[in-house]
Amino acid sequence: MESLIGLLVGFPLLGAAVLLCGGKRVDRTGHWLGVLLAGASFVVGAVLFLDMLGKNADERALHQHLFSWVPVESFQADVAFQLDQLSMTFVLLITGVGTLIHIYSVGYMEHDERRRRFFGYLNLFLAAMLLLVLADNYLLLYVGWEGVGLASYLLIGFWQHKPSAAVAAKKAFIVNRVGDAGLAIAIFLMFTTFGSFAFAPVLSNATEAGEGKLTAIGLMLLLAACGKSAQVPLQSWLGDAMEGPTPVSALIHAATMVTAGVYLITRSGAIFNAAPDAQTVVVVVGAVTLLYGAIVGCAKDDIKKALAGSTMSQIGYMVLAAGLGPIGYAFAIMHLVTHGFFKAGLFLGAGSVMHGMNDEVDMRRYGGLRKYMPVTFVTFGLGYLAIIGFPGLSGFFSKDQIIEAAFAKGGTQGWILGAVTLLGAAITAYYMTRVMLLTFFGEERWRQKTPSADAPSAEPAAEVHGEHGGPHPHESPRSMTIPMIVLAFGSVFAGGLFKVGDSFVHWLEPVTQFEHGHPPVSAAVVTGATVVTMLVGVGAAWLQYGRRPVPVVAPRGSLLTRAARRDLLQDDINHAVLVKPGEYLTRGLVYVDSKVVDGLVNGTAASFGGLSGRTRRLQNGFVRSYAVSMFGGAAVLVAATLLMRAV
Amino acid sequence: MSFPLLTATAALPAVGAIATAAVPAARKRVAKWVALLFSVATLALAVAVLVRFDPDGERYQLTESHSWIRDFGVRYELGVDGIAAVLIALTALLLPFIIGAAWHDADDLEPTRPNRRWRPTQGFFAMMLAVEAMVVMSFAATDVFLFYVFFEAMLIPMYFLIGGFGDRAHAAGEEEAGKQRSYAAVKFLLYNLAGGLIMLAAVIGLFVVTSDQLGEGTYSLQQIVQARADGDFQLGTNTERLLFLGFFFAFAVKAPLWPLHTWLPNAMGESTAPVAVLITAVVDKVGTFAMLRFCLGLFPEASAWATPVVIVLALVSILYGALLAVGQRDMKRLIAYASISHFGFIVLGIFAMTSQGQSGATLYMVFHGVSTAALMLVAGFLISRRGSRLIADYGGVQKVAPVLAGTFLVGGLATLSLPGLAPFISEFLVLVGTFSRYPVAGIVATAGIILAALYVLLMYQRTMTGPVEKSVVREMPDLRPRELAVVAPLIALLIFFGVFPQSLTGIVNPAVEHTMSDVQKKDPKPDHPVADKGWFDYKPVDGHAGGDHK
Repeated sequence: MESLIGLLVGFPLLGAAVLLCGGKRVDRTGHWLGVLLAGASFVVGAVLFLDMLGKNADERALHQHLFSWVPVESFQADVAFQLDQLSMTFVLLITGVGTLIHIYSVGYMEHDERRRRFFGYLNLFLAAMLLLVLADNYLLLYVGWEGVGLASYLLIGFWQHKPSAAVAAKKAFIVNRVGDAGLAIAIFLMFTTFGSFAFAPVLSNATEAGEGKLTAIGLMLLLAACGKSAQVPLQSWLGDAMEGPTPVSALIHAATMVTAGVYLITRSGAIFNAAPDAQTVVVVVGAVTLLYGAIVGCAKDDIKKALAGSTMSQIGYMVLAAGLGPIGYAFAIMHLVTHGFFKAGLFLGAGSVMHGMNDEVDMRRYGGLRKYMPVTFVTFGLGYLAIIGFPGLSGFFSKDQIIEAAFAKGGTQGWILGAVTLLGAAITAYYMTRVMLLTFFGEERWRQKTPSADAPSAEPAAEVHGEHGGPHPHESPRSMTIPMIVLAFGSVFAGGLFKVGDSFVHWLEPVTQFEHGHPPVSAAVVTGATVVTMLVGVGAAWLQYGRRPVPVVAPRGSLLTRAARRDLLQDDINHAVLVKPGEYLTRGLVYVDSKVVDGLVNGTAASFGGLSGRTRRLQNGFVRSYAVSMFGGAAVLVAATLLMRAV
Repeated sequence: MSFPLLTATAALPAVGAIATAAVPAARKRVAKWVALLFSVATLALAVAVLVRFDPDGERYQLTESHSWIRDFGVRYELGVDGIAAVLIALTALLLPFIIGAAWHDADDLEPTRPNRRWRPTQGFFAMMLAVEAMVVMSFAATDVFLFYVFFEAMLIPMYFLIGGFGDRAHAAGEEEAGKQRSYAAVKFLLYNLAGGLIMLAAVIGLFVVTSDQLGEGTYSLQQIVQARADGDFQLGTNTERLLFLGFFFAFAVKAPLWPLHTWLPNAMGESTAPVAVLITAVVDKVGTFAMLRFCLGLFPEASAWATPVVIVLALVSILYGALLAVGQRDMKRLIAYASISHFGFIVLGIFAMTSQGQSGATLYMVFHGVSTAALMLVAGFLISRRGSRLIADYGGVQKVAPVLAGTFLVGGLATLSLPGLAPFISEFLVLVGTFSRYPVAGIVATAGIILAALYVLLMYQRTMTGPVEKSVVREMPDLRPRELAVVAPLIALLIFFGVFPQSLTGIVNPAVEHTMSDVQKKDPKPDHPVADKGWFDYKPVDGHAGGDHK
């Protein structure tokens, strides 16, 4: 069975290679090849999963050693895979949801002349993410980690001819690189502390190192996680990443990329468990991001950006849970999986809406679409109910568990975290209800002829479609609706399934450990509070957007609304603190280099050798005389030394 | 006596240079093919060197030793360790690609009427081969004086390659291009001559002290190192430091290290792309190689003494070069500043004095050579299509020439050390090697990887993406078969070594061990070493202390 693990990565990697190097020859069949190889990877994953289920909980982990990769003295890195319950969970999520997104893309990208390349990048994305979760050491994980960064760069900037897409792609990569530097430093620290950076030796001996070292490693790992998972302060790339085609957003937000940070923290649990200070920082980052994303999500009129804010917020929940230690790891991963279903479903639904609406993204120009796209409406609606935590659906179980665990942290911290997670639940309900009402209910605002707002459509596919005039909303083709229906099933049932007999927690326990958290109030009270706050959020949104007509052009809004529309000024702050000073610095250095450094060195040389450093004279044919005088000087030196010896 | 393989590897390109130069004026195509043929044959010999080299054998292998200038103790001594062997291979590997990429670079210098004496094509390719011959000799020489001769002599063909055959794309016209070109060539020559002159004094000084202490003056590296190990040869602290500085200065100019770097952007900017590759990927490597072989080998104590300063200079080079690269408007100068940043990494790795640092630095020399060649040659192909080096003159190339854009991106990703491509391995080794001895320096250098992403992706964004600029003709041709044949193997090598760096670490590691023992340094030990028990032997201490699996 071990030998199958490599195939998980190998299939999509092969697909990427064939699709990207194959040229026009594979244009006609390329997308199906991409789907096929993603599917093959899923099948291998399923086979391994069934095999794993047949074994005892403690004997489920598999290991495949391929070859020694970088051996330099005590620095030994291997290309080796480790498949345990945690990796398995990710493998099924990545390949399962990933394959559905591949199928959806066949229809969505039908009119794009570069569809083959798109599928090549999608396959590359899967391969990198699978490498990330299957690596048995941090250096190989790092390869997948940056591979995911590369794939997201290529996909966010897929419509390169649009400057905004190219800029967004570059921004995503560079912000992620800051996080990657954190991961690199964490590996350096592990190497100098333990002499190794493979999971087994490092994590099983973590407690032997001092708490200071572990805190440092933990914080660096957190920095890395912040980059990939778009947590404050490295969150700024996520909103702009909506420049990519919608299936990419689904892939980034549900199956790959943003989940990587949660994986890293959970995988490194042994380090965080022994470094309470680092854990506190993790929790704070999660809590801040949870609210940050939720607030941003409330203010966005672009359906994809509203969902992007929501992703940030939901990942915030997961990071917070992971920061709680063994009482939270399993719930972080459980929420990650259920979120994978409903967020993929929501994004694919959003794509379907845009597909039928001439690629309009402004929700203020939607309205009443439920009649025109019933399948999209129902599947999106189920995803909506799941994400707001409607009792009985997936999101309810996983989110409720996190809120309980937050209270169970104990003390004042527990109360604060519990309150934050509850508040987050209310805001989630508010902004998601807003999305739902603006899109599928109310007046059909797309019939109004108003001058187009300043925000251009994010999807240039409209040009390709060549459609003009008013939108004619219609349901999407089967290849797009079937993945949405499958994901809707996951959104509804996955949480309940995981909850039955705490099966999900027991499944992960051998890897992540599990402790029962004890909230200061009974679990029933917490659950009750969760449902009540959720209803308050829904009600507030209904009062604002359901009862009253929605203006097509957004009102000016309060100061907070305006700030939230600008992503709480994240870009303004980055610009003022980093970009502008950086520009001045580089410009200044360019000047210094050509005038000062060059001049100083030339001047020094001139004063030493009696040479003129002046450009003008250099060009006047004095070169030969300089050269001659230099060799003359050398000759004198030789002679003098020899003379010295003779004396 | 066995076949003098090293002499042959160095002599073959020299013979090739003469043969190329001798091709009659009217037969420029023949001259090109002769040059290419000789460079490929040299590559075959270099591969033979690698094959014959036994990583577990003697430190220096394939040695040759003959007396040369007896009065000055100068000998014709050649020999390679693992480090020199892979660098000779790099040199021989790159030359065919450089020649292939430069195929038409001298064409427009050809006189309109046949002229017996003016044969630019022949001269151009002959000088490239001459440089190759001298670089191979520099890597192979184990006699300090012999090394010095070739170290300096290669300046002459390089001077003509930069000044005579430079890039004729210049915003301010042909005449300005000519001026800039000769300025760059002269600056290159003067900087390197000045370094060489100071080194010459140190070389003579070395002769003086060896004749003092050993009774007979010698330049033999092996002999001096042996005598030092036996205690027969001891330098006074100040003498050693002065000699070290003399050598180091020359190598720091050539490498180049901040603040002696300013000749490189001029030289690389004004020469044609293939010549720029020859400078940064081949010739400059002699500087960093010589630090490792001569500075550390001959003057270990002075090297340790100078380490703090050198580390700081290397860090400044890394960040300064990267920041300057971000600020460039000319893509060749951008790549030049990126190279300065990368040379900072190499020097950092050498002077971190750890196995990982020095193995990383050696691999860095090889991989930087390949990655810069890929990036710079594609940039050259791009420039030849539009006649401008300015980034602002491009935009949307991706739409028109996707293969060119794709290869440019891969070259760029290698330059920013993306994992999976070869430069990642070397950069990571340098960083981890530095961090294990100097944590702060390691962290500062890590900032360089963020800046690298910035300058590479900015350049890619501005040239390749966005709407198709008017200046980029819609019909700009994609890569031609000759150009693809130059770039594709380089990219394949970048991927191959990214996955199987082992094929080189096995050769390099033993040589690094020798260097480490020269400087009497041992790798820092981890604080809490974990015996690598292998995965299957691992059992958590108890159910809750482990936490990764089982």
